[in-house]
Amino acid sequence: MEDENEQGRETEVAPALISVHPAQHYVTVAVGSDLRVFNLQEGCSVSLVDESPEPLHKDSIRAIRFGANGKLFVSAGDDKLVKIWSTDSWRCLYSVSSEKRVSAVAISNGGRFVCFADKFGIVWVVELDGVHENQALVCKKAEPLLAHYCSIITSLEFSPDEQYIVSADRDFKIRVTAFPKNPLDGAHEIQSFCLAHTEFVSCLTFICCQDYPLGLLVSGSGDSTVRLWDFTSGSLLHTCEVGAEAGIAQSNGRKEGSNTIVTGLCATPDGSLVAVAIQRQLLRESLSSYCSFPGIMLLACNFSAKILSVARVVSITEEAFIPTSLGTTFSSGLLWMVMGVSSSQSSGSASLARVRVISGFSKNDAESTELEPIVLADKEIPGGEQLLLKLQGNLSVEEEVFSAAAEAVKTAMHNLLIKKQYSAERREFRKRGRNDRKDKR
Amino acid sequence: MLENEENPCISKSTRLPRKRFYRARAHSNPLSDSHFPVPISPSHVDYSLHYPQFFQSSDILAGSKKIEFADIGCGFGGLLISLATLFPETLMIGMELRDKVTEYVKERILALRKASPGEYQNASVVRTNSMKYIPNYFEKGQLSKMFFLFPDPHFKEKNHRRRVISPHLLDEYAYVLRVGGIIYTITDVEELGDWMKSCLEGHCMFEAITEEELEADPVVKLLSSATEEGQKVSRNGGQTFRAVYRRILPCV
Ligand SMILES: C[S@@+](CC[C@H](N)C(=O)[O-])C[C@H]1O[C@@H](n2cnc3c(N)ncnc32)[C@H](O)[C@@H]1O
Repeated sequence: MEDENEQGRETEVAPALISVHPAQHYVTVAVGSDLRVFNLQEGCSVSLVDESPEPLHKDSIRAIRFGANGKLFVSAGDDKLVKIWSTDSWRCLYSVSSEKRVSAVAISNGGRFVCFADKFGIVWVVELDGVHENQALVCKKAEPLLAHYCSIITSLEFSPDEQYIVSADRDFKIRVTAFPKNPLDGAHEIQSFCLAHTEFVSCLTFICCQDYPLGLLVSGSGDSTVRLWDFTSGSLLHTCEVGAEAGIAQSNGRKEGSNTIVTGLCATPDGSLVAVAIQRQLLRESLSSYCSFPGIMLLACNFSAKILSVARVVSITEEAFIPTSLGTTFSSGLLWMVMGVSSSQSSGSASLARVRVISGFSKNDAESTELEPIVLADKEIPGGEQLLLKLQGNLSVEEEVFSAAAEAVKTAMHNLLIKKQYSAERREFRKRGRNDRKDKR
Repeated sequence: MLENEENPCISKSTRLPRKRFYRARAHSNPLSDSHFPVPISPSHVDYSLHYPQFFQSSDILAGSKKIEFADIGCGFGGLLISLATLFPETLMIGMELRDKVTEYVKERILALRKASPGEYQNASVVRTNSMKYIPNYFEKGQLSKMFFLFPDPHFKEKNHRRRVISPHLLDEYAYVLRVGGIIYTITDVEELGDWMKSCLEGHCMFEAITEEELEADPVVKLLSSATEEGQKVSRNGGQTFRAVYRRILPCV
């Protein structure tokens, strides 16, 4: 709940986010309240233009994304503002105030509707009146679309045909709701619930191919699995135990104080491959040594057999890189990754963002070996050093900063996804502190 | 439990559980996270535990039965007890947030099963937060009746989101109710009655049931008479406010 989070604020740092323009014109990274945009076509950084009374963001950004046609970009987070930007001018065209902090956003394909989820589990919708470059900033009011009862929504996605909007939460639930013609009246028709995860659902993505234009839904969770769903019926098609596949000790791993969680998913446009970001999470604070999963797991999707299988693991060996966010584009075959956290006041550590790119992230073709995915060296990344300078804030990251950041990344993910466990004593105390208990008839 | 003749919570004369041993806090906060098991999905609900006679028999037809009635916030279970004999072939479940109250209902049903062999086999109860976990118990269109009798009023505006009837929760109830299924609500709090009625009236998947139909429905009479809360209200001569709606297809 909101007040619980409020109390843990001083230790709560936000994971860095990355989003890539569908035609790879821009790459954006959000670290804390800082939104960084790089123009890949012109090889220069972009300055944002925001004429609102509260320009840019004042607190951690929790969600960023480009619209499918690339014309719009949305950013939102803890400052309870949703900002909608034109990607031509990088002006803020619309600003929406949220009652609560924002945890996820989605844009309909045509860019007509923007949806966002707040910390109370309510999904809101705003209708845009197009992208008019020289319009003055418009403040929009959002209407409630649907709600998960008091559970933080971690991911929000439109189905490829936009008939449905899918929302995932920390209470293991995935809800598929028909997206109505007039969403401002709410989305009341629930198509299905996809239920099988036994921990928080952290991420969702759709995969579709020519034979399955409707697409299949893929979800990642704290239960160390990636699952494949027929989302119209809610039936589970396949479960990929990525924790076990990664060779990480499982099952009794929990008792030893560690657990594998899936933190990010990103599919190729043809749906043949899904990149999975994995973290090994320590549940017991006292343990300080950990072994992170060294890289990204690529799952191959077999649409006819409806199976996800591990295609390969792309190792990132030279540094303790734990991606916090993934992104790709229509045709570049590049998987963009960022690892990072906002600075945490308590530890005094500076914010860090490290951007890495994997090439050959495209069609899973057993025949061709030329396209073997590899991690690009910094100077091979599109945009080169200029881009890294902008998105990372500096070019090289020292090793101890890196390992400190790795720790912070884990804490950030933990806070984001795992519910706070209160001791019985503390729960009693919180109960007593409440003034709303005695609703007398 | 029932084996133990010395159980002080069970009355020696009536062999029914004594309510005073199961007294609990008047209200629970449905927003706080409690610690009780939740089935991963409706297919994980263990029917043989709830309805052993239906599910341990070799009768395949009985074994494929699903729960059709849900009494949300069932309290001490009076409605379930009445419905169990009125619809002996229909599986029904009460959902209750308070632990001790749930235990009481469990014991009550077990005692009734023992006292009248063959009866009450179709009624059971589960401790859960219905506001969070309804989709974990019931599939799409599984239920034909849902009951909300004398729910907690949560007067303050800021606590309205704790009410068991709200526009967003009605979306979930519409999901688990089949087309033609009925939602029954009743309260002695006028303001809450107005609220529940306006939520249902404003929802595109519910329509009001006509007075004639209400007259003909044997269940309607139970709304104010079968539950402990209802009996208390009628003892005190209180007024009740009812809203009974049918699940319909949304018009597109
Ligand atoms: C005023 S009582 C009415 C009980 C019963 N229906 C009757 O008429 O006697 C309301 C009941 O709803 C239960 N309740 C409240 N919120 C609930 C929730 N979210 N899930 C399940 N039960 C809930 C309370 O514990 C309480 O027993």
